[in-house]
Amino acid sequence: MGDMTIGGGESGFFTTKLESLLGWARKYSLFQYPFVTACCGMEFMATAGPKYDIARFGAEAPRFSPRQSDLLWVVGTVSQRQAPALKRIYEQMLEPKWVMSFGTCASCGGFYDNYATLPGIDKVIPVDVYIPGCPPRPEAVLDGLMLLMDKIGNGDKTPAVLKNTALPEGVPEKLEELYQIRMKGKAPIAPEE
Amino acid sequence: MSKLLLDRLKAQFGDKVLETSSFRGDDVALLDKSVWRAAATFLRDDARCACDYFVDLSVVDFPDEDEDQGRFSVYLIVYSTTKKQRVRIKTRASEANPEIDSVADVYLGANWAEREAFDMFGVKFAGHPDLRRILMYEEFVGYPLRKDYPAQKTQPLIEYREGTMDKLGPFLPDEGMPFDRAPTDPKNFSH
Repeated sequence: MGDMTIGGGESGFFTTKLESLLGWARKYSLFQYPFVTACCGMEFMATAGPKYDIARFGAEAPRFSPRQSDLLWVVGTVSQRQAPALKRIYEQMLEPKWVMSFGTCASCGGFYDNYATLPGIDKVIPVDVYIPGCPPRPEAVLDGLMLLMDKIGNGDKTPAVLKNTALPEGVPEKLEELYQIRMKGKAPIAPEE
Repeated sequence: MSKLLLDRLKAQFGDKVLETSSFRGDDVALLDKSVWRAAATFLRDDARCACDYFVDLSVVDFPDEDEDQGRFSVYLIVYSTTKKQRVRIKTRASEANPEIDSVADVYLGANWAEREAFDMFGVKFAGHPDLRRILMYEEFVGYPLRKDYPAQKTQPLIEYREGTMDKLGPFLPDEGMPFDRAPTDPKNFSH
């Protein structure tokens, strides 16, 4: 898209305008493919229901065919056995496509630190927005959706993590400390040996 | 609770019943491997046992057990819906020869339970109609619930994406794009 010019525009002005127009159109018409595997599905249903009403964001219509959808919601734990199916569904989706990682299990495996579970769907497919929570509340999901919409509008492809920026005093330092402990204590597990 | 079922088993199988215990109504009998299937059939068919309901069949791994004892303790729980009595029978299988008779044709419900026991512990059930892995995939090497299987060792079916092998969770301070939005002001809600 970056190199695309229309009508021989030299300044790139027209291209930028086209991209922002496309981004604007895309972010309000996300067709979702729900890949719902576990208990997070309950919160996902709540988000889709009338109280939280994901339709306000134009993202309510589920398409149970990957070829008709833009947004892949991976909701819940994905096992090693399911990973090839997930990857295949992602590959079947047409560009442009985005992936939401809903909940801790989809994002990093959660507490299923074992032989059967994929330690985060980003091991097999790229993720646009991670929504932490076990499960995340519908407010957090909508926050994640709004973040994704911002990213689509800006053409930003970097992965984003939904974070609470208003953490109480001392908590960020504590998180950093936990992070150091975790990195020290745990070596990554290779698939073979 | 009476120990009727244990007494019936002892009367029927004599010294093949190696050990019995009873604790707060839980009757347990440790049987010799050779009478495993016969004992299940007896519990089902004997008029005074009448254990018509299959509850569970699974395995416990005792890796420190003597090899001649057998490290795998296979147990079967059955219940009588008419006489309201329950019994657990156990037997041992060794690592070198982890094979015991299948009871899948005695209790139909044992079919998938035996497949799961095979999948997780590698205990082979002789005479099972379809002994395949049930939860893990065929490509999986080893038996994950054995105590000597490293619990965190994964065997991915597809290659991981480049650069994600040693990546941990994404919620750590230096990862991802921080999302700086001003704290929500309730006044901004219109409803």
